[in-house]
Amino acid sequence: MKIHIKSGRLVDPRNGIDAQRDLYLAAGRVVAVGDAPAGFSANRVIDAAGKIVCPGLVDLAVRLREPGYEYMATLESEMEAAIAGGITSLACPPDTDPALDEPGLVEMLKFRAKNLNQAHVYPVGALTVGLKGARLTEMAELRDAGCVAFSQAEAPFADNQVLMHALEYAATFGFPVWLRPQDPALAGSGVAHDGEVATRLGLPAIPSTAEVIALSTILILARETGARIHIARLSSAEGVAMVRDAKARGLPVSCDIGIHHAHLSEMDIAYFDPNCHLSPPLRSLRDRDALRAGLADGTIDALCSDHTPVDEDVKQLPFAEAEAGATGVELLLPLALKWAAESQLPLAAAIERITVRPAAILGIDAGHLTAGAAADICIFDPGHHWRVTPDALRSQGKNTPYSGFELCGRVSHTLVGGNIVYEKNINKNK
Amino acid sequence: MPANPLPDAEQLLASLTDRMRPAVGPDTGLVGIHTGGVWLAERLHRALGIKLPLGTLDVSFYRDDFNKKGLRRNVKSSDIPFDVDGCDLVIVDDVLYTGRTIRAAMNELFDYGRPARIRLATLVDRGGRELPICADFAGATVGAAADENIELARDAQGLLSLQLNRN
Amino acid sequence: MWLDPANPQLNKNGELHHLLSLEGLPAGVLRQILDTAESFVGVTQREVKKVPLLRGKAVFNLFFEPSTRTRTTFEIAAKRLSADVINLAINVSSQSKGESVLDTVANLAAMQADMFIVRHAASGAPYMIAKHVAPEIHVVNAGDGRHAHPTQGLLDMYTIRHYKGDFTQLRVAIVGDILHSRVARSQIHALTTLGCPEIRVIGPKTLLPSQVDRLGVQVYPDMKRGLKDVDVVMMLRLQNERMKGALLPSAQEFYKYYGLTEDKLALAKPDAIVLHPGPMNRGVEIDSSVADGKQSVILPQVTFGIAIRMAVMSILAGN
Repeated sequence: MKIHIKSGRLVDPRNGIDAQRDLYLAAGRVVAVGDAPAGFSANRVIDAAGKIVCPGLVDLAVRLREPGYEYMATLESEMEAAIAGGITSLACPPDTDPALDEPGLVEMLKFRAKNLNQAHVYPVGALTVGLKGARLTEMAELRDAGCVAFSQAEAPFADNQVLMHALEYAATFGFPVWLRPQDPALAGSGVAHDGEVATRLGLPAIPSTAEVIALSTILILARETGARIHIARLSSAEGVAMVRDAKARGLPVSCDIGIHHAHLSEMDIAYFDPNCHLSPPLRSLRDRDALRAGLADGTIDALCSDHTPVDEDVKQLPFAEAEAGATGVELLLPLALKWAAESQLPLAAAIERITVRPAAILGIDAGHLTAGAAADICIFDPGHHWRVTPDALRSQGKNTPYSGFELCGRVSHTLVGGNIVYEKNINKNK
Repeated sequence: MPANPLPDAEQLLASLTDRMRPAVGPDTGLVGIHTGGVWLAERLHRALGIKLPLGTLDVSFYRDDFNKKGLRRNVKSSDIPFDVDGCDLVIVDDVLYTGRTIRAAMNELFDYGRPARIRLATLVDRGGRELPICADFAGATVGAAADENIELARDAQGLLSLQLNRN
Repeated sequence: MWLDPANPQLNKNGELHHLLSLEGLPAGVLRQILDTAESFVGVTQREVKKVPLLRGKAVFNLFFEPSTRTRTTFEIAAKRLSADVINLAINVSSQSKGESVLDTVANLAAMQADMFIVRHAASGAPYMIAKHVAPEIHVVNAGDGRHAHPTQGLLDMYTIRHYKGDFTQLRVAIVGDILHSRVARSQIHALTTLGCPEIRVIGPKTLLPSQVDRLGVQVYPDMKRGLKDVDVVMMLRLQNERMKGALLPSAQEFYKYYGLTEDKLALAKPDAIVLHPGPMNRGVEIDSSVADGKQSVILPQVTFGIAIRMAVMSILAGN
C-alpha cells in the first residue's frame, strides 16, 4: 500500500518542520518528505489541505481496563478510542486486576492488542507483586515479555526500604522506573487538594506536602541508586520547582503531567462534580499555572491523557466515594493544543509534548516522521470545533470534566504502520 | 385623578361599631385577620370596651392556595392570648370576598380550641362568595369588578381609607 | 426545572428549590426562613401544634448515616405540617445489598415522594441526589459529611437573633473541632451573609482546616484570647474518635485548653450566650455548670430547631 498525504501542514518537531509538505508512505514507512520519490505511484491519496499532519501521538498512561475491569471498558473500546484520538503508541499502567506482575499477563495483553491492529501497546510492568509494595516482581522476565518500564501505578510502597531495593534492582538492568510521588500516610483518605475548596466543601484533603515529601525521597533514592526515574503525574508548584532543580543538577529524571492538570484547578470541583475527582487531585490555580509554565520550559517533558474510563455506577456517587479518574485519549490532542494556544506557544510545542518527548521517555523509535521512520501518523483539523458529549466519545468511559464543553481540534485520519486505522469525515459537521 | 369611588373607611368603621355594640359584651373575643383586619379589630376593641385581650391571626398556614402560590413572604405570627374553648368570637376582616380567608381563619381557630360561637364582622362586603359564608356585621356592600382589588390602608396618623387597585 | 448552575439550590426566580448549603444563599432568603420560623414558634406553643400546609405530601427521611436526634426533629416538623413521614435508615437495608444511592432514590421517587430529607456521611451527597431527582422533588440536606448542616446553622441564627436581635454588631466565637464540623461551616456562611462583622474560630491547629481564614474568619489558637469580649459562644461537639488518632492527645488536655468552663466564659461579655448543637460531651468540650447555666441557650435551640425545619419545608414545598 502506497499512500500520498497531500497538501497538509506537516508538523514534525523532532525534525524542526512546520510547513506545507507532502508525505509519501510505502511498506509501512515514510519513504519521502516533500518531493515524491522517483516512480512513486500512490494507491491512495489523502487530501490533507487545511489540516495538520503530525507524528502519531504517544500517550504515557492509558488504562485499557483489561484484565479485570471489563465492566468499565474493554481493550476493544479503548483501543478504538485511542486511534480516534490520534494515538498510535500508548503505555498502559499495571493497575489491572490482576496487576501486570507476571509475564503471561503481559504477553496476553500484547497479543490481544496486536490482533486489533491499532495502536502499539507498551505495557508498564508492576514493580512489586500485586502492586502490594512488598515483594519485587521478576522484572527481567517481564521486560522480555514486553514491559518497557516498571511502576507502582497509584499503589504505595510498604516502606522506603522496599522502594530503595526496587530502584537498585531496576538499576541493575537499566530498567526505567515510573513513580507517582505521593506519601500514602499524608494523603490518607483525602480526595481533594488541601486548600480553600476542600475546606469549604468539607472534603478530606491531600496536602501538597504529600507529593513533595515523596518526590524528595524519590529524587534522593534516584541519585543514590542510579535508577532511571520518570516522575508521573506531577501536580504541585513545589514539585515542579524540585524537578527543575534536580534536572539542573544533572539528575537523569523525566516528568509528565496529566492533561486535566494543565487546565483545571480545585475551583472546577464547583459543587462536588465527581468528574473532577482525579488522582492526583486538582490543586490550586497557582499550582496549575506552575505546571503550565513547567511544561513550557521543559521541566515537564510530556503531557499524557492518564486515561481512566470509569463506569457510571462508580462515578455517579458522592465526590469522595466516586472512583477517581477521567477519560482522556480523545481529549489529549485538543487539550494539548489548547495549552499551547493559551500559553502563546506555537502549535508544534503542543505536538512535541505528545509525540517525540513521550516517545523518548518510553525509549521507542516513534514520534517523528523522518524518511525511513514507521508511518505512524495523525492528521487533524486544528480549527474543527466539537462538543464533548457521550455520543462524541468512543471510549466506554464518558467521565470527563469537559462534558458539555466545546473543544477545538479533531482527528480525521490515524495511520499505524502505514495502515489507515481510523478515518472520519469531519468536514460535514464543521 | 378621579374621585375615590369607595366610601370613607372611617365612616364605615363608625357605623360598623354602632351595629356591633348591642351584639357584643366585654367577654366577646375579637380576632383580627392580618393585616387590615387587625387594624380594624384594634379600633373596635377600644371602641367596644372589650375586656378580653385582642387576638390576631395570620392564616397563611391554612390557605387553600398554598399548592398554587406557595408560602407568602412576611408571614406574621398568630396570637390568641385567651382561651378559645367556649368563647364567643367575632372574626374581624377588612374586605369579605370569596370567603376562603374566613374558612382558613375558622380552621385555625379550631386548632386553638372549641369556641361557643363565631361571628364575622367586615368593613366591606364586595360579594363574589365561593363558600357558604356571610357577614354578621358589615360596614357596607360595595360592587367591584373581578380584576379590581379593594384594600384597606392606614396612614401615619392611623386614619383608615379604602383603595381600589386594578390587577 | 432550571436551577442556577452557580448555586444549584435556587430556581430561576432566585427562590429555594432545595436546601443544600447556606453558602451563597442571599440574605433575603435566610431572613425569610427565620421570619417564617418565628410564626411557627407560635404554632408549636398551641394546643393543636399542627397546621395543614403539607397535607397529602410525602416526606422521606433518607438517613444514610444514623442520627436519631436530627431525624426526630425533621419528623416532628413534617408531622406538624401535616405531611406523611416515611423514615428510612438506608445503611442497613439496600446499601449492603449493593444498590446504589441513585437507585434507592429513584425507587423512592417512584413512590410519589415530594421531599427528601437526606443525611449522608459523604460531603456533597445531597447535591448528587438533588441533581438526579425529578424536578418536582425537593431535597433538604440534613447533614453531609463535613460539608454542611444548613438547618442546624439556621436554627443557630434564629437563636442568636432571638437573644441578640441584630447580627451587625456581634462578635461570635466558634470553638472546637472546626475541621470535621459541618455545623461550623454552615454557621460561618450564615453569619457572614447576615452581616456579622467578627467571626472567630478557636481550636488547636490539628482541628482547623487549611486556609480557613478564606471563609472570612479570624483564627485564635488560644481560647482565652479568642473568647475575649465575644457576644456569642458556639461550641462544637468533639467526637470521641478524634482522640484515637494523632489529632489530640487526650480528652483531659482538650478540656483544659478548649473546654468551655465558667472561668473561660467570664472572659466573654457578661451577657454572652452559649450555644451547642448537641449531643454534648460534658466535661470534654463543655462544663456542666456552663451547659446548664443561665447563659446557656442550648434547650431553646432545640425548640427553635423544629420551627426552623417547619419553615424550610413549607417554603420549599411552596416554591
